[in-house]
Amino acid sequence: MVNTGDTAWILTSAALVLLMTPGLALFYGGMVRAKSVLNMMMMSFGALALISVLWVLYGYSMSFGNDVGAGLLGNPTEFLGLEGLMEDTTSETGGLPVMAFVGFQAVFAIITTALISGAIAERAKFGAWMVFVGIWVTLVYFPIAHWVFDFTLTDGDGVVTHVGGWIANNLGAIDFAGGTAVHINAGAAGLALALVLGKRTGFGGEAMRPHNLPLVMIGAGLLWFGWFGFNAGSAVAANNTAAVAWVNTFVATGAACLGWLLVEKVRDGHSTSLGGASGVVAGLVSITPACSAVSPLGAIPLGLVSGVLCALAVGLKYRFNYDDSLDVVGVHLVGGLVGTIGLGFLATSAAPAGVDGLFYGGGADQLWRQVVGALAVLVASFVATYIIGLLIQKTMGFRLSEDDELTGIDNVVHAETGYDFSALGGGGGSHTQEDALPSRSTRTARAAESAAPAEPSLFAESLPHRSTEGA
Amino acid sequence: MRLVTAIIKPFKLEDVKTALELHGVEGLTVSEVQGYGRQRGHTEVYRGAEYQVDFVPKVKIEVLISAERAAAVVDALVEAARTGQIGDGKVWVTDVEQLVRVRTGERGPDAL
Repeated sequence: MVNTGDTAWILTSAALVLLMTPGLALFYGGMVRAKSVLNMMMMSFGALALISVLWVLYGYSMSFGNDVGAGLLGNPTEFLGLEGLMEDTTSETGGLPVMAFVGFQAVFAIITTALISGAIAERAKFGAWMVFVGIWVTLVYFPIAHWVFDFTLTDGDGVVTHVGGWIANNLGAIDFAGGTAVHINAGAAGLALALVLGKRTGFGGEAMRPHNLPLVMIGAGLLWFGWFGFNAGSAVAANNTAAVAWVNTFVATGAACLGWLLVEKVRDGHSTSLGGASGVVAGLVSITPACSAVSPLGAIPLGLVSGVLCALAVGLKYRFNYDDSLDVVGVHLVGGLVGTIGLGFLATSAAPAGVDGLFYGGGADQLWRQVVGALAVLVASFVATYIIGLLIQKTMGFRLSEDDELTGIDNVVHAETGYDFSALGGGGGSHTQEDALPSRSTRTARAAESAAPAEPSLFAESLPHRSTEGA
Repeated sequence: MRLVTAIIKPFKLEDVKTALELHGVEGLTVSEVQGYGRQRGHTEVYRGAEYQVDFVPKVKIEVLISAERAAAVVDALVEAARTGQIGDGKVWVTDVEQLVRVRTGERGPDAL
């Protein structure tokens, strides 16, 4: 029998988390220059499209299939195509349909991969990005999701019915919603790709400032909203754990935003909107692994420290001269480490996870597990991503040519431009498709023949000319 | 005939327009432009990275006027545009060789 409350909450949470990826597209899109906004957003939409399909084909099975050995990978063929998962197999006592869990976990794979795109903004070929998305999510995300999110299951008699991944079960690190699998993973991958692709032309010299901060604020708002599905939904039930996770997520985010703004005020003299939006994300990232393990009063310093450290960390790219364009490392890797390792200090057994950290008398037992889990994901993701990136660069080419980059990636790669604010419209010109509506030059000639009997194309000619123009 | 061109602070446009109307100016052209003078722009900070923004938004006004009224119009314009702060802009006057009103074909001072 299906538990309707749990099912309603998880399906809702899944939709909330899905909205985070278009939200990320806005967040990232506003931060790049006007000539790159569409490509930036399309990297998120492309990941959404491709991983939706791969997840159903074999992704769920690789992440949540029975372990094939050492807790490293789920059996890719066990749930191939999800064919066997449509039947209601929930027990008499109530449960969640497997498909609800399938949907909920799918959107995590998507947002994680989309996050990486911020590190290689404005300079990656779209086709190469899509190939990267397919390979990366298969070889890096699906296995790591198995390590972290797939718990070993036993039946009522203590017989093991399903074997999960090594970080969740053997190591026993706590990662409630994805501090390691999502944020450290994406951050380390972002760093690797930024190194493979190299710096944007003019990085460090030219002004590469955000072209539309209101878009960034809208995006941050959508991420903030969706994140409640991400964290509270990770209880995989509508229960007390979900409610605690919700409140911890709520308060840590506020504290992190304040922390970031404070750093800016002290260091630069101004608290900025970009800093506010970034602080929100830094807080959400840091509370992600910890939201079931800390108390609301513990979540405040965790968020605050994350906001401060991330605000300081985004400057590292200039010191070490790598172009992590939108600070995937500074926000997601650093924030992920703060949350994952920080809960080793701040966890309290009063919280649903039931573990005491160093500050609550639990000693270093949970702390070392957190450090090992964090470092394992960091190193695995960095090395694997670097190799995948390099292979794509050496074979099909990952990096746009310098000329195309200077012209603008939207125009060169997608044959579009993001904005047309000109009253004259799209730089003039006319529709050039041969069998389409008449172009402006033929329209003049046709006007002379307009005494001819009415035919369908004459109606088209009477339209305002903007509608016949390719911009 | 003279062409009076002025670069002013955008928020001074209303004041300047009103002043010109009082001096009998019947038409003007306005464009949004950007540039810098001795003030050299301003700085902006994004995630701690400081950028020097050289080009500051300004408004450019162009007014066609008869030679005898040019001096008075310039005075009125400068008076209305001035805040006393850096970046108030510039006004210059050039000779206009020919002028045609498109609708009627009138030429010279008649077209003003």
